[in-house]
Amino acid sequence: MRKAELVTAIILGILSLCLMWKSGEAPAWDPSIARFDNIGLIEGEGPGSGFWPFWLSFIMFICCIWIGINWYRRTSPPSQSEEVFLDGYGQRMLFVVGGGLIGFLIVIYILGFYGAIPLFIIYYMRYLGRHSWKLSGTIAVGMTVFCFFFFDIAMRIVLPKGYLEPLFIPLYDIFL
Amino acid sequence: MDVFISLLDGIMVALEPMNLGLAVLGVVVGLFVGAMPGLGSVNGVAILLPFTFVIQSFTGGATSPMIFLAAIYYGAMYGGAISSITLGIPGASTAVSTTFDGRPMALSGRAHIALVAAALASFAGGTISNIMFTGFAPILASVALSFGDPEVFALMLMAFATFIGLGGDDIPKTIFSICIGLVLATVGFDIVSGEPRLIFFDITGFSHGIRFLVLAIGVYGIGEMLWTINTNRYGSSMTQVDVSARNIIDAIKEFRHAKRGTLIGSFLGFFVGILPAAGATPGALMAYGVAKLTSKDQSSFGKGNINGIAAPEAANNSASTGAMLPMMTLGIPGSPTTAVLLAGMVIWGLQPGPLLFTNQPDFVWPLIGSFYISNVIAVLVNLAFIPVFLWMLRMPFTILAPMIFVLSLVGTYAAYLDMFDVSLMVLVGIAAFFLRILDYPVAPAVLAIVLGPIAEPKLRQSLLFSDGDFSIFFTRPIAGPITVIALILILLPLIKFIKNKFITKKAEQP
Amino acid sequence: MTFMKQLFIGLISATLMIGTMSSTAIAFEPDKPIEFIIMAGKGGGADKMARLMQAIVEKENLSNRPLFPTNKSGGSGAEALIAAKNANDPDHTLMVTLNSFFTTPLRQPGLRIDNSTFAPIGRMAEDTFLLWVHKDSGVTTFAEYLTKAKADGNKWVMGGTGRAGEDNIITNFLNNEFGLSMKYIPYQGGGEVAKQVAGKQLNSSVNNPSEALGFYESGDLVPLVAFTDERLPLFPNVPTLKELGNDFSYFMQRAVVGAPGMSDDALAYYTDLFTKVYQSSDWQDYKNKQSLMGEFMTGDELRIYWDAQNSRHSVILKASGDIK
Repeated sequence: MRKAELVTAIILGILSLCLMWKSGEAPAWDPSIARFDNIGLIEGEGPGSGFWPFWLSFIMFICCIWIGINWYRRTSPPSQSEEVFLDGYGQRMLFVVGGGLIGFLIVIYILGFYGAIPLFIIYYMRYLGRHSWKLSGTIAVGMTVFCFFFFDIAMRIVLPKGYLEPLFIPLYDIFL
Repeated sequence: MDVFISLLDGIMVALEPMNLGLAVLGVVVGLFVGAMPGLGSVNGVAILLPFTFVIQSFTGGATSPMIFLAAIYYGAMYGGAISSITLGIPGASTAVSTTFDGRPMALSGRAHIALVAAALASFAGGTISNIMFTGFAPILASVALSFGDPEVFALMLMAFATFIGLGGDDIPKTIFSICIGLVLATVGFDIVSGEPRLIFFDITGFSHGIRFLVLAIGVYGIGEMLWTINTNRYGSSMTQVDVSARNIIDAIKEFRHAKRGTLIGSFLGFFVGILPAAGATPGALMAYGVAKLTSKDQSSFGKGNINGIAAPEAANNSASTGAMLPMMTLGIPGSPTTAVLLAGMVIWGLQPGPLLFTNQPDFVWPLIGSFYISNVIAVLVNLAFIPVFLWMLRMPFTILAPMIFVLSLVGTYAAYLDMFDVSLMVLVGIAAFFLRILDYPVAPAVLAIVLGPIAEPKLRQSLLFSDGDFSIFFTRPIAGPITVIALILILLPLIKFIKNKFITKKAEQP
Repeated sequence: MTFMKQLFIGLISATLMIGTMSSTAIAFEPDKPIEFIIMAGKGGGADKMARLMQAIVEKENLSNRPLFPTNKSGGSGAEALIAAKNANDPDHTLMVTLNSFFTTPLRQPGLRIDNSTFAPIGRMAEDTFLLWVHKDSGVTTFAEYLTKAKADGNKWVMGGTGRAGEDNIITNFLNNEFGLSMKYIPYQGGGEVAKQVAGKQLNSSVNNPSEALGFYESGDLVPLVAFTDERLPLFPNVPTLKELGNDFSYFMQRAVVGAPGMSDDALAYYTDLFTKVYQSSDWQDYKNKQSLMGEFMTGDELRIYWDAQNSRHSVILKASGDIK
């Protein structure tokens, strides 16, 4: 936990610096404006477009240093903690659940929501939850059908279908 | 007295079978749309707007379609609390504050009390604001008009002041969370300068900004869920609640402890709601903050205090009614949802504006009547559905979790119809999981991303007025006092902090 | 497994059959919901029109597949333009446009958008602009306005929607043409601008009639001059700037375009569809009530109109320093 606290603070500190750099960006169409011209108070107008994000990122950076000081002095709970940041269970959980979510996301891009939803539910319920095939299958199909009728048909929110799109054209013929 | 008679006439029209049926249908649709993470009243109303055209061709006139949409609006406001409490995901920005105490209550097996309190507080908020609306609409309209940019900014400052105390004990992490929320809120297009800002790697997905729901669903739907799975490793279901009629009745009795929160929420919510551009989210947040600050038992907030549910829920319903006031008396939207309702009124052939009350009494009074009716229907429907939502909570975690994940992804897509937002949401969620383990408070960031896009342009527009002179926030009769109070509230903890340090040091060196 | 296989084959053949059936009847018919991209957020003028068009299509049963609106307001229309350009099925992707259709490609050349590649389906209307002040300002004519605004210098505040947008363009024109130095403050939407004038926070605005109509009827806002070629039927007593001796008029296009790469058959289908929408009594009604002008325009005629608008906006934006 102690190591993770410091590593996170450093990562967030770098993120703050990146945001400060990015905030000062000049508009693309006017090359005569230099970086960081927009972060101050413009005479007669008030703050420029980069003022708000730049100085807030600066405060973020200060906070990261502050967190680092607390780490050194061991005043915040995570910096005193002797626990491991993620134990074996936590790592495995993150791998199978977090990884499953990213897999779900990738499958959506390929097979669309209606291909990905049943696959994800079966993966989670059958392989992680060890539920019966019958229950997993029922919920997977039920959820998919519910989503199709709720979103595509009732609400007219057309979810992406990926490569499964041709399969839906007959369904549109019936329900729309 | 005239108002009273007009109102009675209006209620009679709203009670006609056709209108009553539409109100019931609208409330039920709204409740489910609101309870679905991702979809809120804006989506519900916008999506069903074209269908009201069909209703109009049956009934003629604009009254029935408007009653239908207003009922959806009401239903969605009630529904928002349901996903906040049962799933821990705020379905809309207005329901974020409800998660602070709703979630702990659900986890400690008091979900039924939380759901009932949310429903009853919403009802109270809706009713109180309806009465104020009916009685004082014209006077309040002039108040709304007198609010310029500096006033709105001062109000936002006040909302920020209530942030103090939302965070954990770790001060730098709380400040970090607020700031990152405000910075992420600036991603996208800057209205004042017309320049794109913080478009990382030139990805067009960032040009619409980082949306509230991407952060909220990511943090609560993914991050918080992962955290729960990690910590609650041996528990099989989220929480145990018995569903019985007696439990519900007990819960209704329990509501007497929430009187204070409800009253604070109802009045505060209404006044914030009537101000254009503010909307229900700051209203709910400020109600929560005030309920906590004035409580004798501040430490129980955030751990499942019933007033912590009643205050924001009363406030967001009250503010939603309040937001109808500038819409109907001035023809200007007080929230995104009322903007869509206004569009509807124009499509049905009405001219919104200050003369609506005079020119279209046949439209206005039945609509106001229907607010009262919809509010009653909504509380009844909501109470009736509570057992269903409780039953959902009893599902084994390995069934509920994948369903929540699926709803999080589908809901994010449905809200914005953009796959980029869905991907970003998942990444935000996984990042939030790590921060959660290290005690970074996430709620301030989620709220900051709602308030930031209102506060920053208002600050800069005000300063454009004053040629860059900051005294504009202190010299105006309304903005001045609000700014001063807000600054005192913000600085108070800092003064306390310094004082404590000073005193403890003195005590240490006798 | 065999069942699944059969079902799959069945579905595919059904698809093909329907495909061939429709192709014998008409050259193109949509076979899935049609994405209707809106270049602005929910509740604004463009959104209102898009949802009205969607409603008319549904009500009159003009299309066998519904239109589903998608708001893409990011980057002053940039997000919508990119989404339409990258649409993976241009035959089912339409977009409702404003003048950011012309200004955004000019202001953000990095997007590499060429608006002539979009399919010209139809210009549904042109929105008009008027100059508004509060009735308590004591200003009743454009001449008085000029005197007062000149005397106040940059204390005279004009509000409008966004930076380098329509309202800003007109404000810059007035400043340059009449030697004024009005201050321009950008807001999120036209409704908010009208409210700020009605609440006396701003001195004047150049709202569309639809945004200011409510306050006009109640007498709070007074129109001084119209930026049109002829007087508007709704405001017969308001002179045009042309009558006052300045050859300037400015409109906002309200057009429906198809995604780049749309097939000719699809273009013909949608042109026909939106011609019917334009002719419907609901649309005509709306057009009159909101004081919209402009006849239906399509095909090459619309392309020529776009060319003219592109070069005009390039001149205007260069003059105001918003592009180099």
